[in-house]
Amino acid sequence: MPSEKMTGAQAVIRALELEEVDWIFGMPGGTILPIYDALFASEKLKHVLIRHEQVGGHAAEGYAHATGKVGVCMGTSGPGSTNLVTPIADAYMDSVPLVVITANVATSLIGSDAFQEADITGITMPVTKHNYLVTEPGDIPRVMKEAFHLARTGRPGPVHVDIPKDVLNLTLDFEYPSEVRIPGYMPRLKEEPKVAEAATLIRSATRPVIYLGGGVRTGNAFAEVFEFCELVGAPVVTTLHGKGAFPETHPSCLGMFGMHGSRYANYTVQGADLLIALGARFDDRVTGKLSTFAPEAKIVHLDIDPAEISKLVTATVPLVGDVKELLPKLGAAVRKAFDERGRPDLAPWWKKISDWREKHPLRIRQEGEKYILPQTAVHRIWQKCDGRAIVTTGVGEHQMWAAQFWKVSKPREFITSGGLGTMGVCLPFAIGIQLARPDALVVGIDGDGSFQMTLQDLATAVEHELPIKIFVLNNLFLGMVRQWQELFYDRRFSETPLADLPDLVKLAEAYKCLGLRARTLEELDPVIDQALAHQGGPCIVDIRVKRQEKVYPMVPAGAPLNDMIGGE
Amino acid sequence: MVEKIEQLPSGNIHTLSLLVENKPAVLQRIAGLFARRGYNIESLAVGPTERPEYSRMTVVVRLTQRPVEQAIRQLQKLIPVIEVKELSPNDKIERELVLIKIKTPEKNHAELRAIADTYEAQIVDVSPDALMIEATGTAAKLDALEERLAVFGITELCRSGAIALERGFKTLAPPHLKEG
Ligand SMILES: Cc1ncc(C[n+]2csc(CCOP(=O)(O)OP(=O)(O)O)c2C)c(N)n1
Repeated sequence: MPSEKMTGAQAVIRALELEEVDWIFGMPGGTILPIYDALFASEKLKHVLIRHEQVGGHAAEGYAHATGKVGVCMGTSGPGSTNLVTPIADAYMDSVPLVVITANVATSLIGSDAFQEADITGITMPVTKHNYLVTEPGDIPRVMKEAFHLARTGRPGPVHVDIPKDVLNLTLDFEYPSEVRIPGYMPRLKEEPKVAEAATLIRSATRPVIYLGGGVRTGNAFAEVFEFCELVGAPVVTTLHGKGAFPETHPSCLGMFGMHGSRYANYTVQGADLLIALGARFDDRVTGKLSTFAPEAKIVHLDIDPAEISKLVTATVPLVGDVKELLPKLGAAVRKAFDERGRPDLAPWWKKISDWREKHPLRIRQEGEKYILPQTAVHRIWQKCDGRAIVTTGVGEHQMWAAQFWKVSKPREFITSGGLGTMGVCLPFAIGIQLARPDALVVGIDGDGSFQMTLQDLATAVEHELPIKIFVLNNLFLGMVRQWQELFYDRRFSETPLADLPDLVKLAEAYKCLGLRARTLEELDPVIDQALAHQGGPCIVDIRVKRQEKVYPMVPAGAPLNDMIGGE
Repeated sequence: MVEKIEQLPSGNIHTLSLLVENKPAVLQRIAGLFARRGYNIESLAVGPTERPEYSRMTVVVRLTQRPVEQAIRQLQKLIPVIEVKELSPNDKIERELVLIKIKTPEKNHAELRAIADTYEAQIVDVSPDALMIEATGTAAKLDALEERLAVFGITELCRSGAIALERGFKTLAPPHLKEG
């Protein structure tokens, strides 16, 4: 490609085009104006004007979650960039590929506390995979190329590029590099993964469990995981982000384990003699008290990030690598071990698990209850969607009910904030998902607290006529916090009632959305039908649920995983 | 059988040698990582290498929690970090530089010169009521010198932090950077 003269801002736009970005989520401002001016001339890029940069960042995350492609968002200097910090941190915790572009004040003003100046690269350093402050216009093509490469390869994550305004206005010879050369970013495999050793462990285990995390999704290894799980025949448990990595309707799948996992899933993990962890990181929300976690289990841990191996739990056999590439090799070694030495007899183990499952199912105790239970609402919406929706959530009790009762059969169809646990992501995620997948049915299960954190962007959803459905499980509480107060703080409900909630139906209407409400069980089904049938724009459904309902079972923070309260 | 990684009995000291890109904010990234992950830095020294595009850092770190391999892997995740290695006690040459200022009447200078000689240290500045000693050596040797001088009253002291290299022909650079 011959080089071409252009400004720094034009170079940013050209790079985005060459990376085949379709949607950019952002808001302009004085400092980033040169980029917006260059964008005006682009015929390929489409931009969503969001009403708050945080929403732009989360929408880009939703887009990335739903497609596996890199999400892109932009903001101006100072407040525009600081508003992006939460989504950046969220993407970092959940390994979401993101390229975040911000402008900064002119180079000569940096460090002078100029108007709308923030040391944003200093601020984002601990929550990005990598970040750049570009001081030479000639560096822009290389930096953009590297940013996309870093965001999408290895363990994906957010990469932030900050460019001072004068650098955006200077000219350069644009030549987009065809490859990246980053000396510190090369695979550093010290030794071949010990696949045979792992296979031997799997062959000798009589109580194995396969534990799937978000890495299966980021590694696009759905088919490989399915084949492996079928081969081993062990029970499969997942984390919140592992949902959909293996069909939850499959008899081997025990669903989510951890703090709000089912009793049978947690008992199974605790009783295991071997855990095969694939793309998972032993987060405290799944392990409970670490020193009592899976006390008899050896660990085979496969992960692309060497730093995750033995970070919290020592791996008996570490397997560093890409799950999509490495798992078939492990599968082949396991098959060979089975052929040579026969399959282990898992029948007694399965018998135990079936007993637990029968004795402690995830129940909905709606019968005789006059209010709508939130679990019922989730279950009914799921049934009426017939498993063909992409679901997203806010953060709180409603998120956990969705995780418990929304059975997912495909990856990238349950999208939520796991690591940072960010309230307010439901609507932004839904916007990003729907733009990425225009034909998909996009359903949000939100909480009244979470919904109020980003609801101004209903305007964005309306502007783009996105037919997203947001079901607000309205309990007039910051429910999850109230649950902790009820259980661990002597029912002292300090600042958790959300008393003056606006009328969500009128609010929806004020934003030109369809607003619906269900107060009773009789109203629930028709309202869901009406919402699902609505086209041409967003629909907000206010579902009044039983205020005091709690998420059970629950492993209290710091307790052993099999020490659950509720959900007998 | 699952081994959980918990508190090590007492902090263990490790010397890490890092080859990093010579770019702005790299030190901030590394120091920030140590702070965030809870590794205590005992000393950190950084300077250019034989190749201007790289710097070498020597970090002496006290780990009270996780094993040193975890710290190394976390450092390797940083994009500008090219290589990290722990230098084993038997296999490294480690040196530190110290400047010590002592405010003391001239009558003591002869005795101080004698002490300096024993430690192969040098007097690098002399005035009627003060003198400055420069010494290099292992941290232990400098500690001993400091202790010996304490009776005279140390007015000011500045230590460089350790720098270290592996003995023999081994180098830190990974294979893909060794040539050229
Ligand atoms: C940005 C942010 N602030 C605070 C919290 C702490 N927090 C976790 S859950 C929760 C309550 C959520 O309430 P709501 O969205 O109404 O959902 P519910 O639990 O009632 O289903 C709060 C405040 C958080 N996760 N995120």
